[in-house]
Amino acid sequence: MIDRRLFTNFDWALLALVLVIAGIGVVNIASATASYNMVDTPYSLRQGYWILIGIFIMLMVCSIDYHLFGDVSYWFYGSAVFLLLVVLAIGKSSMGAQRWLHLGFISFQPSELMKIVIVMVYARYFSASPPVDGLSLKDLFYPFLMLGAPALLIMKQPDLGTAILVVLIAFSMILFVGIRIKTLASLVTAAIPAVFLGWHFYLRDYQKERILNFLSPERDPLGSGYHIIQSKIAVGSGGFLGKGFLQGTQTQLRFLPEQHTDFAFSVFSEEWGFVGCFTVLALYLALVLWGLAIARRCNDTFGSLMAVGVTAMLFWHITINIGMVIGLFPVVGVPLPLFSYGGTSMITSMIGLGILLNIRMRRFMF
Amino acid sequence: MTEQAVVRDSRDSSQRIRGLMIAVTAIVFILLMRLWYLQIVKTEDFRNMSESNRLRLVPVASSRGTILDRNGVVLVDNSPSYSVAVIPQEVADKDALISGLARLLQADPAELADKWEKGRKRSKYQPIILASGITRDQLEILEENRLSLPGLDLQMHPIREYPHGLLASHLFGHLGEMTEQEIGNVRYKGYNPGDYVGKSGIERNWEKDLHGVDGGRQIEVDAMGRFLRTVSESSPTTGNSLMLTIDLEIQKQAEAAFGKQAGAAVALDVNSGEVLAFVSNPGFDPALFAGKLTSRQWNEYLEDIRHPLENKALKGQYPPGSTFKIVTALAALEEGLITENTTFNCSGSYKYGNRSFGCWNKRGHGAVNLKKAFRESCDVYFYKLGEQLGVDRIAAYARRLGIGAPLGIGLENEKPGLMPTSAWKEKRFGKKWVKGETLPVAIGQGYVLMTPIQLAEMTAVVANEGTIYRPHLVKRVISPEGKTLREFAPEIVSRAGLHSESYRLVKKGLFAVVNEPGGTGGMARLYEVKVAGKTGTSQVVKLRNGKNVGGYQYRDHALFVAFAPYEKPEIAVAVVVEHGAHGGSAAAPIAGRILKTYFQGKGVIKKPVPRKADTPAEAGGEEPGAETGTPNVEEQQAND
Repeated sequence: MIDRRLFTNFDWALLALVLVIAGIGVVNIASATASYNMVDTPYSLRQGYWILIGIFIMLMVCSIDYHLFGDVSYWFYGSAVFLLLVVLAIGKSSMGAQRWLHLGFISFQPSELMKIVIVMVYARYFSASPPVDGLSLKDLFYPFLMLGAPALLIMKQPDLGTAILVVLIAFSMILFVGIRIKTLASLVTAAIPAVFLGWHFYLRDYQKERILNFLSPERDPLGSGYHIIQSKIAVGSGGFLGKGFLQGTQTQLRFLPEQHTDFAFSVFSEEWGFVGCFTVLALYLALVLWGLAIARRCNDTFGSLMAVGVTAMLFWHITINIGMVIGLFPVVGVPLPLFSYGGTSMITSMIGLGILLNIRMRRFMF
Repeated sequence: MTEQAVVRDSRDSSQRIRGLMIAVTAIVFILLMRLWYLQIVKTEDFRNMSESNRLRLVPVASSRGTILDRNGVVLVDNSPSYSVAVIPQEVADKDALISGLARLLQADPAELADKWEKGRKRSKYQPIILASGITRDQLEILEENRLSLPGLDLQMHPIREYPHGLLASHLFGHLGEMTEQEIGNVRYKGYNPGDYVGKSGIERNWEKDLHGVDGGRQIEVDAMGRFLRTVSESSPTTGNSLMLTIDLEIQKQAEAAFGKQAGAAVALDVNSGEVLAFVSNPGFDPALFAGKLTSRQWNEYLEDIRHPLENKALKGQYPPGSTFKIVTALAALEEGLITENTTFNCSGSYKYGNRSFGCWNKRGHGAVNLKKAFRESCDVYFYKLGEQLGVDRIAAYARRLGIGAPLGIGLENEKPGLMPTSAWKEKRFGKKWVKGETLPVAIGQGYVLMTPIQLAEMTAVVANEGTIYRPHLVKRVISPEGKTLREFAPEIVSRAGLHSESYRLVKKGLFAVVNEPGGTGGMARLYEVKVAGKTGTSQVVKLRNGKNVGGYQYRDHALFVAFAPYEKPEIAVAVVVEHGAHGGSAAAPIAGRILKTYFQGKGVIKKPVPRKADTPAEAGGEEPGAETGTPNVEEQQAND
């Protein structure tokens, strides 16, 4: 089934990079959860399982010719939006936030799926009708419609972090496709009143709180500003070399919130210091640049657009998560790919990476 | 798509990807800069924050130093006090614990629950004290039930104990919990909120030595404020002990001699300035101030017309009355206005200008020389001297004897007394000194005010012929291990610089007061030791037609100053009995008893053999010695 040529073209370097980052993540999760009550399976081991499952899915994604994704992308898109509606309906009936869909043996978040789907559908749309001289407002009508529907549904869940990510991924692709200066200017002009209206009519109170607390964490140091302050203390007190594995007081005494998921990097910074952070950031930069290199070397527009989209997804996760941990961005609940504990995040990342490997393997097929 | 278009497109997109790569690298660089800022530039701040996040200091109060008398007898001690506390993080069932405690302590569960709620706001590792000062019996019951009451913490902390009750309460002073203002004060650096500090007396003025150093346990807590482990521990250091110059026996007898009367007494070692007794009567219970002082007790103290809360020895300012004649006589002798044999005639009153100043003896003393003037306390004699001296010359000599300024005994707010001068009156009232005003000053009335300390010092200076020693209360500071850290040698403030002949003549007069027939101070006489002294009666309000009006508060103060032995003085005493009416009858016996106790301690006078230990002599009225059949010591030694 699999062409032997594909094997020789397999990107072992990218896989190695992914395994190194995920490996560091597992070690870090072991420390982050050392103070937790014992559970049957330690979080680090469970993360190991998720990595294995992720790699399996990655290889599966890798094995199917990515051009097929273009053909079925609209079907994917339709199904994903439908699932978002289902999730919303269930959420309404259970009177609370609802992100998960339970399908018997497996539970997943359709909003997570949407990150990949938007990449596919945009790549498909823009490769089918590439703009002659940069995108005009008229050219953006259908793309915005395709983006707007899921983004609003995700925000309604409410899951501000994922909604922002989906929008960022989409905009990164639009920028890559090329946009006229005039179009960009009018979009920015339109965005200002939209932000204003959104603040007043759309954002929930706790979301407003998060943004306000980000702007000045001292507003409520024991309440919602607590996360930012404690995370900064953890990162800052790590110093140059860090406090050492299992030695982070902020972590081990549980001053950090969600320290094995969204704030995993905060744990890492405290225990491994600037040297550790520099290393991990360098690995992530290498990963992102590698992804972009794959996009550049790809000979067809669809593949190149998909590679850019997937890389954008990884890049924005990394930037927003680390930015949040070090107090540059508000707390929006975005995991660090391959590093934070969690199956959903791991599988989404691995699907993305599978697509990258896929494109890279088949670059000579045209 | 044509071949050309594809090539152009790919070159185009390749350029855009290079742009994206640069943008991505730049953003990662920004993240790195931020990490640099947090982890390298500001790391010190964040490290401190993380330390204060996890570490808490639980103070352990130090034990105060003890206070000893000059012979090493314990005057103020510490005893353990037990309190019941609960540690919230260890409490399994709050309601069961509170109802259980209420049953065992026979306390009101609502009150305990209230204290629990108040303490809840603090961290979970901090014990909440639910009841303090519990008895040993209660403690035992709680110990037995400890296992069934998880979270229970029985604490011991030292509190002050006063084995001699109210003895010298003003001198020792009282303790109190630090106030909000005191917590920030540099004076209390290293102290912890909740610490007890001296609020008055020795406790306050020697706070630094007595307090010791609080210990503490540095503990690690988690984000919920729960105790995890003790990181380091420093045990508290007990405060230094003070050996006072006070002699317990003299102090006891002096206070007993006062009985219910209000007043003050100070006894000084004539040759060192050591304070042997420091009495302000009535006393208060210092233990009440360290514990629970009920508003009823507080009001009782406030409403007592004898003012038990006032330190009369330190802050009481009294007109010295006839005791001041010592100063007037010394001034006149020094100025050469009189000799031993100069006589004046006393007709019972003295006319000055258009006013008449009466002698206390309306019938008059006839021909009066210096000795008789002292012995019978003739006012007219001293009016004459006052007239000749003028107020400013009297004041100059008074100052040389330590009057009109605090002597620096080392307690807070020592009062200066008042020695008026013409300049003082000009400044104070804007009026010239009228010469007639000097006459009352010469007999210690008018504006003159002296503290009991100054009265004693004046007497001591006459006794030792001119040396003003600083009165002091502390002999030694002793470390908890028993090592003497500091010893206080006698300190000479100044020398009066008068001729010894002047002292000799005044002393002769003072001897006559106590020992000659007709002397006003006969009640201070001892048979074994020659005592010299002077009575004084100071007017509280102007007499109307020579008669006292009203009750207690309008009666005159009774004063007596004395020293002994006459030939080689060792001890000087000043006694003020508020509203005691007559110095000779109210104050002199107290001075006599103080002197007697002193010489008993010295072995000069035989001690009566008490039938029971600690039976105070005042219980009967008779000396216990007489009851046990031993011959009356006073009679026995009268022949010496």
